[in-house]
Amino acid sequence: MIPEQRARNVAAAMHARLLRRHPGLRSGQASESLPITLGQRRIYVLPSGFGVGFGSVMLLMLLGALNYNNNAALLLTCVLGAASAQSMYGAFRSLHGLRLESVKPDLATAGGPVRVVMGFKASLRPRGPLRLVVAGTSHPFALDREARATVSVTLHAQRRGWMQLPALKLESTWPFGLFRAWSWVHPDTIALIYPVAEDGGPPPGRAGIDAQPVPLSRESGEEYAGLRDYQPGDPPRRIAWHASARSDTLLFRLHESPPAQTQWTLRWDELRELDPERRIMRLARWVDEAHRDGRAWMLELPQQTLGPDRGSAHFHACMTALAILP
Amino acid sequence: MTARAKPHPDRRAYALLIISAAVTLALHAPHLPLWLPVPAALLLALCWKFRRRGRRFPVLARYALVLALPLGVVASYGTIFGRLPGAALAVGLLTLKLTETETLRDARIVIATSAFVLMSALLFGQSLLQTALVCVALWPLLTAAMSLEPAAGPTRELMRGSASRLILALPIALVAFVLIPRLAAPLWGAPGMQVARTGISARMTPGAIGQLLIDDRPAFRVGFRGPIPARPLRYFRAVVLWHFDGRSWTPGHAALPLERLIIRDRPSRYTVTLDATRQTLLPALDVPVATAPGTLSTAARTLLAMRPVDHTLRYTLESATGYALSPQLVPAERRLGLQLPSDADPRARALAAQWRARYGTDARAIVAAALRMFHYGGFRYTLAPPPLGRQQVDDFLFRTRAGFCEHYASAFVFLMRAAGVPARVVAGYQGGYANRTAGYLLVRQSDAHAWAEVWIPGDGWMRVDPTAAVSPDRISLGATAAAQTAGAPWFLSGWWIGFRNRIDVVNRLWDQAVVGFDALRQHALLTQFGLDPSRWQSVALALGGALGMALAVGLALALREPGKRGDALATGFQQLERRLTRAGCVRRPGEAPVAYLRRAASSLLPPAATTLLTLAGRFAQLRYGGTQPPPPLAVRDWVRRARDFRP
Repeated sequence: MIPEQRARNVAAAMHARLLRRHPGLRSGQASESLPITLGQRRIYVLPSGFGVGFGSVMLLMLLGALNYNNNAALLLTCVLGAASAQSMYGAFRSLHGLRLESVKPDLATAGGPVRVVMGFKASLRPRGPLRLVVAGTSHPFALDREARATVSVTLHAQRRGWMQLPALKLESTWPFGLFRAWSWVHPDTIALIYPVAEDGGPPPGRAGIDAQPVPLSRESGEEYAGLRDYQPGDPPRRIAWHASARSDTLLFRLHESPPAQTQWTLRWDELRELDPERRIMRLARWVDEAHRDGRAWMLELPQQTLGPDRGSAHFHACMTALAILP
Repeated sequence: MTARAKPHPDRRAYALLIISAAVTLALHAPHLPLWLPVPAALLLALCWKFRRRGRRFPVLARYALVLALPLGVVASYGTIFGRLPGAALAVGLLTLKLTETETLRDARIVIATSAFVLMSALLFGQSLLQTALVCVALWPLLTAAMSLEPAAGPTRELMRGSASRLILALPIALVAFVLIPRLAAPLWGAPGMQVARTGISARMTPGAIGQLLIDDRPAFRVGFRGPIPARPLRYFRAVVLWHFDGRSWTPGHAALPLERLIIRDRPSRYTVTLDATRQTLLPALDVPVATAPGTLSTAARTLLAMRPVDHTLRYTLESATGYALSPQLVPAERRLGLQLPSDADPRARALAAQWRARYGTDARAIVAAALRMFHYGGFRYTLAPPPLGRQQVDDFLFRTRAGFCEHYASAFVFLMRAAGVPARVVAGYQGGYANRTAGYLLVRQSDAHAWAEVWIPGDGWMRVDPTAAVSPDRISLGATAAAQTAGAPWFLSGWWIGFRNRIDVVNRLWDQAVVGFDALRQHALLTQFGLDPSRWQSVALALGGALGMALAVGLALALREPGKRGDALATGFQQLERRLTRAGCVRRPGEAPVAYLRRAASSLLPPAATTLLTLAGRFAQLRYGGTQPPPPLAVRDWVRRARDFRP
C-alpha cells in the first residue's frame, strides 16, 4: 500500500475511533437509543467568548497588581479568578448526570411545523439552568424540584416520510457565563411526517367510486355542529379563524355529516397521469375528505390495500402508508 | 417549561448591574472630586427610573455626557493620564455605559469593567477594610453575572450561589496569592510618582507637623524583641535639621563625617513596619547602632532608604538608648550647629545674649534657663496656634506664646544657637500606642514630633524636648491628649482613639501578612517550605502543582453525584431480595417491591411470613408514605430488621 494512503487510512480509523469513544463531541453522529445519559466522557467544557474577554481583563488586573506591587489588588484578582474558575465546574455539573428520557414528536404534515416534546430527568441535586439547542435555536430550561423538565421544540418538516430528528446540543454556561459545557446527543427517535394534502382538485373520479357519490360540496352537505380545539392532523381548512381570534387556542369546526355516506375506493393506479408525489398529495386529500365526511373508504396502494374502514385509526393507517411510500 | 431568552438584560439583571456600579462608585468616591460621584449616583438612579418605565435613555443626553466627562477630568486634574484622572474617567465611563446597556453583550461589558474599576479602587489604599469592602463588592457583581443566564432561578438563590462561590474561592485565592511570583522591578511606570508624600518630611516649614498632628493614620509599627520602652523614651528620630533660614528648617548640604557613637546601655532590638511614605526617611528609635540591609546612615545617624518607600517596608534594627553621640565636635559641625539667619529676630537674640552673659559657657545652665522660661513664661500647647508674623521666633516667644512642638523646637534651637550653644532640630515621632497583648507599638502620623539636640561638652548631642517643658502631657499622653483642652475635633476624642488603637492589631496583621508580602518575604516563606525561589521553575512548579491540585479536587467534587451511596432503603431491599431469591422466591420482572414481598410472605411459614409482611408494610410506608425522604432513623431501623430476617 502506498504510505500516503495508508497514513490516510490510519487517520480515518483514529477519527472514527475518536468519534465512537466521544459521542458528544460532534453533531454528525450515529444515533443512540433513549434514554441518553450525559456522563463525563461526553461533556466538553471550553471558555465562552465572555470567558475569554473576562479572562483578559483579569490578566490585566493581575499584571497591574503585580506591577504596582499592590498585594490587596492581587488578592482581589485571585479571589475573582478562583470564583470565576468555578464557572467551569458549574457548567459541567449542570449537564453531568442529565438524562434525556423521552423524545415525542407530534404528528405533522410535510412543509409544516413539527412539535417535539422532550423529557429530561436528572439526579436529585441542585443544578443550573440548561439550554437545548436544536437547529440553531436555543431553548433555555431549568429542572423542577423533582429534577425533571420537558422542553417542546418546533422543527420544520420538509418532506413526508420518516424524519430523522436533528442532533440536539445540550449546553450550560451556569453560573457566570464564563465557561460553556456542551454535549451533542443524537436520539434515534424518528418523526412521521404525513404527506401534505393537495389544495383543491377533482373529487375521486367516476371510476374510483363504487357507489353513487354524494355531492361533495360540503356547504350543502354538512351542518355546522360546533367547535373543538384544533388537534395536529386536523385539516387547516376547517379552522374557525374568526372564533380562534377570540380564543387562546385554535378552534376547529365540527360538522355534522349525514351518516349515510357511500364508500369510496381510492386507487393509486387510477392516477396514472400524475407524477408520484402529486398522486400521493391527491390521495391524501381524498383520505382526508373521506375521513372528515365520516364515510368509509378503501385505499389501494401498489403494495397494499387498506380498508374498507372508517374512523381515526384507519385514517392514520392510510396516511402512514402514504407517508412512507417510496 | 421553556423560558424565552430575552435579548437584553431583564429588569432584575439590570438592577443588579446598577447596584454593582453604585458600589464601585461608592468605593471610589472618597478620592474623587465631588463633581463626579454625586452626578454619577444621580445618573444611576435616573437610568433605573428610565428602565422601570421601559424607556431608553435619551441618546443626545448620553452623547453630551460622554463629551463632558473627559472635559471635566481635564478641568479637574489638567490631564487624563495618571492614577486619579484614570480612575475618574473609568468610573465615569462605567456609569455612562449603564445608560446604554441594552444587550447581553453590554451587560457583560459592564461586569468586566466593574471588576477592573473595583480593583483600581485598591490603588488608593489597601487597608484591610478597603480590601474587604472591595471583595464584598464582588458579590452583587457575580450575582449580576448569574442573573444574565437564561432561566436563572429566584434572586435569593442567585445571591446564595454567588456568596458560596466567593467563600469557596477564598482558600484557593490565598494559595495562589502566596505562590504567584512577585516582580522584583515594575514592568512599566514608576508607581506612586504623583502621590503626595506622607509623614515627616526633610523640611520643617511652619505648620508642616501641624498637618500631621490631625492625621491619625498609622505611620509605622514597631515590634520589640524585648519589652516596649516606656513612653517618655520612645523618640524615633527621622531627620536632623541643621539649617534655619528664618522660616524653615532643612538638613543643609554640608558633608559631615559620621558621628561617633559610644554605647552606654544594652541596645534594644526591634522591627519597624513602615507604611509607604513616598520618601526616603526611615524613623528609628534614638540612635541605631548599625544600618539595616538596604538602608543608609546620615552623618547624624538617622536612616535613609535607597529609594522612596512606595510600599510597606520592614526593617530590623538595634538602637542604643543610653549613648554619647559625637563627644568631640568637629569644626564643621560646630559651625552648622551655631548657624542663624543673619538679621532675624532681634529680641530673641537679645534674650540669648542675656543668658550668655549670666551663665557663660555653661551649656546646661542655658538649657535650663530656656526650659524654665517655657515652663513658667505663660506658654501654652495648642494644635491651632495663632499665625506668626515675619519675625517668626520673636513673634512666638514674645507675642503669641502658643504653639506645638515645631514652634517650641524651632524657638529653642534658635535661642541656644544665639546663646552660643550648638543645637539642632530633630524631627520624628514620639510616643505611640503600646499594644501589650500583641506586643508591638503603633505610631500614628499624629505622633509626629520635633525636638532639639544640644551639644554638651563631653556628653555629645543630648536630647532636649522643650515641648515637654510646656506641656508634659504631650510626652506622657500624646499630642491628642495634650490638645484635648484646646478642643480637638471629635474624631480625635479619647474613646475613639482608644478603640482604634485596640483594634489596630488586626490592621497590623493585615499589613504584615498581606500588604507587606513582597518578593523578599515570599522568598523567605518559600525557602521554609524547601523551595528554591531563586529558580523561577521551582516557584512555577509549586504554583502549577497547587492549581492543578485545586483543579483535580474541583473535578472530583464536580463528579460526585448524590444517590450513588445514598439510598439505604433500596440497598437494604436488594439485600433482602437476594436472600429471598436464594430461598427460592424470585422476583418477577416488573413486580413492585411490596407486591413481591407479600407474595414471598405467602410462600413462607407463619413466623417468617408475618415478619416479612410487617417488613413489606413498613417498606411501603417508608417508600411511598407521608414524609419524603423518609426519616433516616426509621430507614436504618428497617434495614436492621431486614438484615436480621431469615426466610
